Amino acid sequence: MAALNVNINNLELKNPVMTASGTFGYGLEFADFVPLDGIGGIIVKGTTLSPREGNDYPRMAETPHGMLNCVGLQNKGVDYFCNNIYPQIKGIDTNMIVNVSGSSPDDYAECAARINTLEHIPAIELNISCPNVKDGGMAFGVTCEGASSVVRAVRARYDKTLIVKLSPNVTNIADIARACEAEGADSVSLINTLMGMSIDIERRRSRLSIGTGGLSGPAVKPVALRMVWQVARAVKIPVIGLGGISTASDAIEFLMAGATAVEIGTANFIDPAVTIKVRDGIGEWLDVHGCSSVTEIIGALKD
Amino acid sequence: MKKYILDLTVKAVERINGKYVLVRLTSDSLLPDMHPGQFVEVRVDNTSETYLRRPISINFVDRDANELWLLVAVVGDGTRHISEVQPGQTLNCVLPLGNGFTMPHTTSECVLLVGGGVGVAPLLYMGAEMHNRGCEPTFLLGARRVADLLELDLFGKYGRVCVTTEDGSYGERGFVTNHSVLAEHFDRVVTCGPTPMMKAVARHAHNAGIDCEVSLENMMACGIGVCLCCVEKTVMGNLRVCKEGPVFNIKKLLWQL
Repeated sequence: MAALNVNINNLELKNPVMTASGTFGYGLEFADFVPLDGIGGIIVKGTTLSPREGNDYPRMAETPHGMLNCVGLQNKGVDYFCNNIYPQIKGIDTNMIVNVSGSSPDDYAECAARINTLEHIPAIELNISCPNVKDGGMAFGVTCEGASSVVRAVRARYDKTLIVKLSPNVTNIADIARACEAEGADSVSLINTLMGMSIDIERRRSRLSIGTGGLSGPAVKPVALRMVWQVARAVKIPVIGLGGISTASDAIEFLMAGATAVEIGTANFIDPAVTIKVRDGIGEWLDVHGCSSVTEIIGALKD
Repeated sequence: MKKYILDLTVKAVERINGKYVLVRLTSDSLLPDMHPGQFVEVRVDNTSETYLRRPISINFVDRDANELWLLVAVVGDGTRHISEVQPGQTLNCVLPLGNGFTMPHTTSECVLLVGGGVGVAPLLYMGAEMHNRGCEPTFLLGARRVADLLELDLFGKYGRVCVTTEDGSYGERGFVTNHSVLAEHFDRVVTCGPTPMMKAVARHAHNAGIDCEVSLENMMACGIGVCLCCVEKTVMGNLRVCKEGPVFNIKKLLWQL
């Protein structure tokens, strides 16, 4: 059996398969379907300093090979997470990572600082790329200055592994990645959802309450893959790839494009056991191709 | 309740009136416990337009035959795909999901089960389970016309059946809320159907001062409580229809009654 373990800076993953924030709850929701300790890392639902109700219904529209959502970061806030959720998940034997969002650099930093005190949370993923909230999120992820300001503020108050989740809704994602790296990010993950829209022509209305939403699912995979390839060539820190991954071969594409690990998102809705299937599929592929470690295929794309 | 991902085998497909289909599913192993009002997420993946699973309520569980029944209205590409399955094929199902109806606390409890259109589906299983516990339900079933009345004979096996049709082709003419049975006393009402109908039923229950549970069908993606797409505004904030629901007591909802 090929070795599947990889490292994201100091963070050791038993395999490169993680779950994307907002698609796997707090992990517990999937305990009936998969062995949670068989996943390389679980990135839990986006968490903000204060509780958020999120956007109005409808928040979802099915689209060809994917879906749009405008959930808008509904969550009960970081204190609720620390007091009520953390005790339930701290014993799960994998990397439990919190996705952190905010509406100002100070918000992000304060939220991160509170999570920094939690012994069994070895990393956070900064969401500077949520397209569904007006007062922040993606606003920071679309300029180098915005990204720098958030990463700098958080880095000053968070000393564990810091991953920054990038928005694809930008002109040059590699520039944003470099800005994050320069401020001390340990890794970047990409892509968050692509801004999109869907219209009910009979009602002449958007199918989403706020008009637009974030597109995810297999429809975005080629775009995500291209961006991962671009960013992996632009930065030295490890890259985590996501966007439409549903199968082991999808994941291997991202690894070959330069991702050290991958996140699986929307596919969890279609097959709640997909994570373990992708993990096992990567292992089988490596064995068939005579690779002794998954690290042999990271960035192994030929010119 | 433990949840499962199962490939269930299609045992029989009964097409009703061109618009509905009853799919009877079975398995080599014993079907898991399921509670009336819970639902199943059925995988539909044969076209680009049907990426997500479809949430379908549990119509009936036949323990003797080890069968799960899904009564499906064909409304779009996904449900059309489900309606076109053939005996012997499998449907991949995640089940059982959500919280179901509250079962009667005593056998003497008078419960009115009100269903409209394909919304009658979960009431058959609810009524059967009540009947099995010695509590006789009253069903009030509404449809546009007689051809849209579903499983009438089956409902009759488990309780008293009252019917309305909008065109008067069967039972009393009008909407369910026009039916004379509503003048009788009930301890509780349970309803599933089109939202305007459920709101009218909820209003009746509210005015009569009796408890009422409704089954919502907000659009869902995951069905297991993680995507937060199907939320309903409640007195406790946005709650997930797939997890805290689909059954809600109307006291929790912000409906204007």
